[in-house]
Amino acid sequence: MLELRDITKRFGDVLANDRVSLTVAPGTIHAIVGENGAGKSTAMRIAYGFYRADAGEVVVDGAPRDLQSPHDAIALGIGMVHQHFMLVETMTVAENIVLGVEPGGPLALDLRAAGARVRALSESFGLQIDPEARVETLSVGQQQRVELLKALYREARLLILDEPTAVLAPQAVADLFRILRGMRAQGKTIVIVTHKLSEVLEISDEVTVMRDGRVVGHRRTAETSAAELARLMVGRDVLLRVVKPEAHPGGPVLRVRDLSLRGADGRRRLDGVSFAVRAGEIVGVAGVEGNGQAELIETLAGLSDRRAVTGAIELGGEDVTPLTARRRRERGIAHVPEDRQRRGLLLDFDLAENAILGVDERPPVAVGPWRSWLDRKAIRKRAQTIVAAFDVRPPDLDLPARSLSGGNQQKLILGRELEPPPRLLLVAQPTRGVDIGGIEFIHRRLVELRDSGCAILLVSSELEEVTALSDRLLILRQGRIVGEVDPARASTEEIGLLMTGGEAAA
Amino acid sequence: MSQYLLVALLFSAVRLATPLLLAALGGLFSERSGVINIALEGLMLAGAFTAAIATHYSHSPWVGLLAAVLAGMGVALIHGVACIRYRADQVVSGTAINILFLGVPALLSGALFESTGATPQIPRGELLPLAPIVLAFALVPATWWVLNRTPFGLRLRAVGENPEAADTAGIDVARLRYAGVLLSGALAAIGGAYLSIGQASLFTRNMTAGRGFIALAALIFGKWRPVQTMLACLLFGFAEALSIQMQGVSQIPVQFIQIIPYVLTIVVLAGFIGHSRAPRALGVPYQKKR
Amino acid sequence: MKALRELLFPLAAVVAAFLVGAVLVALVGDSPLRTYELLIGSALTWPDGIGYTLFYATPLIFTGLAVAVAFRCGLLNIGAEGQLIIAAFATAWTGIAFAGWPAWLLIPLCFLAAALSGAAWGAIPGVLKARFGAHEVITTIMMNFIAAALASYFTQYHFKKPGDAILETVPIGEGAHVARLGRFLPGFPERIPLNLAFPLALLVCFLVYLFLWRTRWGYEIRATGASPAAAEYGGISTGRQIVLAMALSGGLAGMVAVNEVLGYRYRYYDGFSAGYGFTGIAVALLGRNHPAGVILASLLFGALLRGGLFVDIFTENVSKDLVQVLQAIIILFVAAEAVFRGPFRSPFARLSKKPV
Repeated sequence: MLELRDITKRFGDVLANDRVSLTVAPGTIHAIVGENGAGKSTAMRIAYGFYRADAGEVVVDGAPRDLQSPHDAIALGIGMVHQHFMLVETMTVAENIVLGVEPGGPLALDLRAAGARVRALSESFGLQIDPEARVETLSVGQQQRVELLKALYREARLLILDEPTAVLAPQAVADLFRILRGMRAQGKTIVIVTHKLSEVLEISDEVTVMRDGRVVGHRRTAETSAAELARLMVGRDVLLRVVKPEAHPGGPVLRVRDLSLRGADGRRRLDGVSFAVRAGEIVGVAGVEGNGQAELIETLAGLSDRRAVTGAIELGGEDVTPLTARRRRERGIAHVPEDRQRRGLLLDFDLAENAILGVDERPPVAVGPWRSWLDRKAIRKRAQTIVAAFDVRPPDLDLPARSLSGGNQQKLILGRELEPPPRLLLVAQPTRGVDIGGIEFIHRRLVELRDSGCAILLVSSELEEVTALSDRLLILRQGRIVGEVDPARASTEEIGLLMTGGEAAA
Repeated sequence: MSQYLLVALLFSAVRLATPLLLAALGGLFSERSGVINIALEGLMLAGAFTAAIATHYSHSPWVGLLAAVLAGMGVALIHGVACIRYRADQVVSGTAINILFLGVPALLSGALFESTGATPQIPRGELLPLAPIVLAFALVPATWWVLNRTPFGLRLRAVGENPEAADTAGIDVARLRYAGVLLSGALAAIGGAYLSIGQASLFTRNMTAGRGFIALAALIFGKWRPVQTMLACLLFGFAEALSIQMQGVSQIPVQFIQIIPYVLTIVVLAGFIGHSRAPRALGVPYQKKR
Repeated sequence: MKALRELLFPLAAVVAAFLVGAVLVALVGDSPLRTYELLIGSALTWPDGIGYTLFYATPLIFTGLAVAVAFRCGLLNIGAEGQLIIAAFATAWTGIAFAGWPAWLLIPLCFLAAALSGAAWGAIPGVLKARFGAHEVITTIMMNFIAAALASYFTQYHFKKPGDAILETVPIGEGAHVARLGRFLPGFPERIPLNLAFPLALLVCFLVYLFLWRTRWGYEIRATGASPAAAEYGGISTGRQIVLAMALSGGLAGMVAVNEVLGYRYRYYDGFSAGYGFTGIAVALLGRNHPAGVILASLLFGALLRGGLFVDIFTENVSKDLVQVLQAIIILFVAAEAVFRGPFRSPFARLSKKPV
């Protein structure tokens, strides 16, 4: 049905796809797996006409096609559900679905006909969507089904789903898989892009593995195993080994009591969270993305709207709940944020100016009356120290942070946050988009920091990473702590069960 | 107040609201597509000036009106190319156009009529009748229909709210934004033409005197919706009618009535009364990645 | 090398604008060469050309700085015009109300009035943005009209010079007059209104540079402009920086009053500003929002304003309005330059890059 032949695509200096070739057989569910940044989404966006390949061919139904835009792909019966939904939230479901292929004449949109067809489609695939509903009022799972309807409405025969489960609660994943199987039964072809091996094994008929922009393997799902796929994905022994001596925790540094956070929509993002982190230990937080991990870190750092927060946060016995982010930093809370480009760095500022973010009002950086003067020598010295100690490359203080690779940007942030050494480090997704060498470096540093007596709270969506690094592991689901396990003993199944709400998911 | 005076006042309010409404509806098309249009003032000036000149030479207000529409679209195209093709800051580009049309009419009228920014007087018989008033108010339901009941309106709104979503649905974002901006040029120019060859009988330097900005204020006050925008224009038109009527008669200084639209807009923007939410992608240039 | 690269684009924009202007001049039937010769040449004569060029450049330095400072905080201050109107009126009022005071007291007082009233007027949209999320572009536009109406009201009803057809106040006290440079420069006639406000403007440029790049307040303003999310993360109160930047911007715009009221007209005069606040946008853009660039751009626009008068008089058809047209075209070209520079940065570019 769909074939990519030697697709090559470059974004600036990054080779996103390097002679990618793959074949999707009609009537199958085909998985494309690979780590973040392996080039899966790029390849699929090319198949959908959203990007144009620099070289290579897209073949649909046996003939090479020149896809100028998604329009051409849609005409060929290809539909795509993007990881970030492509929906206009202020419009209704029906309006979203017919957008671009409106029924009726140019002077009068036939919304009634549209609604009827959407309802019919929704029923025949068991999607249960009300065409009159406004998209912004729907849950994430429902919005995803609107995306599916959009493709079905356009009579897509091939549906590409980009990381469809990343944002879903476990029940919703089960629902989605049921829907996808139903579609296959009705003759649709489905491509699912993911980096979760368990899902590949559960849903797909065939699987293509990508790594560093290349296709490194193709298997029939029935004839492969998680271990083999993992080896292909990472290109080496997959088990992330973190050399980690026994932890010797001291007294509690952070104590959180009954912490809740109300979202802008009134729903609770955090719901009565209580726990403690002791000096010299790494406490991990695991959970399906979007279950409150990001909010927990931001709330502890003082970045959430304080009027929406209830409960108490204590640092070394002092209640820091009413304090601003700056005051919390002064008391020794450091933070490596999840979104390093938006939050963690001033991308257009040079490395030296980035090295003082968060400490710009403290000596030796700030001197003179009201500490208003910036000491340039002190700034450069500080930046130099960080760049050298954390091996930030290239070590040119005058470069804008934008010009660094993801791994080097992360090292710069980590170095900045550890100088001066904090009492509590909040760290979210420390190795997302970081190369293998960088990952090992960052993991080693975190363990060293722990052993020097710092309390660390770690959030990562890579289960492997949190279990390897943490001394204790909390599981967060729908803003609540639903369990604590010993990561050295607990099995992945046990943790997964807690993350997904146990039997209810099945 | 006698009934006669009240009727006169109301009619005057409608008359004064007309150019505001035309420009505001124009701004609505541009802004709902995601392009900020603070160039309404310049577009109105372009329309007013072109209409006056074309009517002067052709002796027909209809030719003048048509010329104004073409000029307005031409100038709007500059804004469109800068903002859509070259992804210029939309506010900066709009400001440039406003400055441009303080200068261009003066430059041209100096060359054509050796005046400092005014065009020759047009005889009464060659002025526009009340047609623009009818047109402006008829455009309100028409705009509502276009926006909510036609494929074009649906796409226009989608492009202004989430251009990437529209793009993936196979919609040409740039083309719709050009359409929105060009419509704003045409309508604002009609509003301007009504000033120079309808209410007055010649173009004078900076004759819009901030009406483009009041139209923008009405658009925001009306929450980017046609009917509410019309009500805002009527309110502002009424304020202007009142301030003209009260000149020299009342104790209240006219300045206090003149600032009503501006103060109201600030109050609305700050969320003191109701909440005015702009189209989500307003002001954000869109570039396809290829 | 780096400075040269920074200059390249603005220069190209100016050249391109002059080319478009030349076409316009030819269209209305004059010689572009002769027009530009008049425009530039008459700005460079000594002492009148240069004196007036610097005099016209002075308010533009202040408004250019005002726009640049706000821009560094990520704010587009379209309201410099209103801020300078309010400040000019407040300055004149101070000069009238305390007319009897000695110069050494009255001048500093008038300075304060200029800066503080401008700052207060500028801070209002800052607060509206920081506290209520009201977009500063719209609020500053609206505040311009309110400022003009208020100043005109007070002039008309409370301080009007009796028996005068135009709307102006009575004159300020002699003690508030800022000296003209002719008094200090031998061979430079005192009839040229270039006054001490010009060296003051240069000094303020240097101070703004120090503030933005050498103090932590400046760092925090720039960080807020570069990335509000990152600034917040670094413990910076972005709301406070927005108010501070707008107040500072308004204060800088307000200092136009020193040149116009204390150094030139010695009264408030309705409609005195030839759109300095708007030209300030062009100045800041062309000057890359840097104090040094602001000086260069102000000199260019100052020269055009001066030369425009001669174009008006000595050409057949072209009027001084050509200057306004040139200015608008320069803004358009500079505004569209993003496309020619470095990697494109929009939220969408980042969005679509993530799931590669």
